[in-house]
Amino acid sequence: MSTVTEHRDSQHFPAEHASFFATTSPPGQKGIWAWLLTHDHKRLALMYLWAVFFWLTLALLLGLALRVELMAIGETIMPADVYNAVFTLHGVIMIFLFVIPAIPAIFGNFMLPIQIGADDVFFPRLNLLSWYLYMLGGAVAIVSLFTGDGFADTGWTFYVPFSVTTETNVSLTVSAAFILGMSSLLTGLNFVTTVHRMRVKDMGWLQIPLFTWSLYATAWVQILATPVVSITLVLVVLERFLNIGLFDPDRGGDPLLYQHLFWMYSHPAVYIMILPGMGVISEIIPVFSRKAIFGYKGIVVSSLAIAIAGSLVWAHHMYTSGMSDVSVFVFSLLTFLVAIPSAIKVFSWVSTMYKGSILMTPPLLLALVFIYLFTVGGLTGLVIGAAGTNIHVHDTHFIVAHFHFTMFGGTGFAFFAALHFWWPKMFGLMYNFKRAYLGAILATVGFIFHYVPMFILGMQGMPRRYFDYLPQFETGNFLAGFGGILLVAGILLMFVNLWLSFVSRERAEGDPWGGTTLEWAVPSPPPVHNFIDVPRILDYPYDFSEVLRRAAEREKGN
Amino acid sequence: MEEEQEHQLSYRFLALILGGLVVLTAVTVGVSYVDWGFLNVPISLFVASCKATLVLLFFMHIKYEGLAIKVSFISTVIFLAIMISFTFWDVAFR
Repeated sequence: MSTVTEHRDSQHFPAEHASFFATTSPPGQKGIWAWLLTHDHKRLALMYLWAVFFWLTLALLLGLALRVELMAIGETIMPADVYNAVFTLHGVIMIFLFVIPAIPAIFGNFMLPIQIGADDVFFPRLNLLSWYLYMLGGAVAIVSLFTGDGFADTGWTFYVPFSVTTETNVSLTVSAAFILGMSSLLTGLNFVTTVHRMRVKDMGWLQIPLFTWSLYATAWVQILATPVVSITLVLVVLERFLNIGLFDPDRGGDPLLYQHLFWMYSHPAVYIMILPGMGVISEIIPVFSRKAIFGYKGIVVSSLAIAIAGSLVWAHHMYTSGMSDVSVFVFSLLTFLVAIPSAIKVFSWVSTMYKGSILMTPPLLLALVFIYLFTVGGLTGLVIGAAGTNIHVHDTHFIVAHFHFTMFGGTGFAFFAALHFWWPKMFGLMYNFKRAYLGAILATVGFIFHYVPMFILGMQGMPRRYFDYLPQFETGNFLAGFGGILLVAGILLMFVNLWLSFVSRERAEGDPWGGTTLEWAVPSPPPVHNFIDVPRILDYPYDFSEVLRRAAEREKGN
Repeated sequence: MEEEQEHQLSYRFLALILGGLVVLTAVTVGVSYVDWGFLNVPISLFVASCKATLVLLFFMHIKYEGLAIKVSFISTVIFLAIMISFTFWDVAFR
């Protein structure tokens, strides 16, 4: 803690600039209405934060229940049909209510307008509507649990023909996903418009901070891809009620059409999930290396390249589906192309730290964990991106381990890093470092113990989504369950620690880390219109000369 | 940042575009009476695209937007084309 205090910015903000907590937008709202009818992007970000905390914790505990069930052969804590519903629920919540919205809706909403010198997003009311759609989608998902014949047992992919024929409540569950898709789409639309129209005049395209760039690239994918899945989910509902035969070969339909349409969104969706996470890491690494980010333009271009190339690889989920060999070849090739921009980012982050003046803090530790876990996730992606090896590990635990390494080790840890990085900005409070480190380390160790055995289980041939397994898989499953417990304990410790900052109330200054982007130039928490003075735009957004000069002056003063 | 100037188009000009759209609609109806063989669909799509282009350029003001908006819009069209064509390739080669 003391090391950070030394680097703290000495700038003080006059007390008359009350934070957004004390000022409502629009003015004059009282009590709970100041939140429920707010137009303030910062309040909305916090409303998303609490909702996401709830869903994440629920889905974590559901996931843990699944792994505890699998720790021993046979039925232990739940019967098979409950297991099927629980893994669907875990997937649906994690994907649609946590991983997709978490970083853009919380940190994007809070930081994007500030990073580009604006006082709010372009469509504040639409932003509020997005939040209501998000809450409605979550509510519908909950209702679908307890109505009809119970929660869908299809997995989060809702593949036909099973999703059309199963007795469970698929229609309501996909309606929830549809509504959540709309929420995500509107957020994307808002971000693109905000970046184009609200950016402070002096800020050119290559002066935009990398987090905002990543959100901008993500927002385009949200706008272009989300309608595809929305229509697809509507088709499933229509098929269930009207039995049209769209996916039935006997009546001229094509079951693979569903998979194409579904993955046309859902593969780009993994880039909707990971790109904002990469943006977070691109902010954290230079700040704690006290060094300009290596390859700013390379990272910008690679964000756009990931968004574009990532949208053209959807059918690599379908190698074993009976798709044409030409398509398998083309999609495999394109999949390998996505590895290039991802690698550019990883190399740039590592090169940024080279010869930097590195200051270890919880956000940096979590960012480093991200780089490691995401790299493992990315490299194992090549194993399944190659058509030949994919055939062998398709639908095994190898896939489960791979996407959890990218989505959880990647986006999940980027989310934790972002939480620790921007918590002082959002609340003006600093948390305890020791507990944060402990939580992060526990979560990382638990993560490795949780998912590495799944790689091995997958190579040995254990299928995913199965309720029971052969005796040779018992050791791996036991270890994975044990790791899962550590992982969840670590994450909960991090959350409790952040919560305790409300108890200890240790004040954080405007710029506790020594950052260069605009959010560090405003008070913590920011005032309702974000900026007190006209924001000063640096020629280069990661120019640390000022931060270093201030640090040197302080040292002289000591 | 893009230019944020107002672009007032005269009623006369807008009426002209509307007239163009009506004429193109008539063309759509007209060509549907002739059998062009395998060109039936491409011709209809071409006329429809011309109409959409007029709407986008003048009614939706894309003609007067900055480069970034133009490029963004055109890339969405290219994207849609790629998504549809990739799916059809699979069917064609299956």
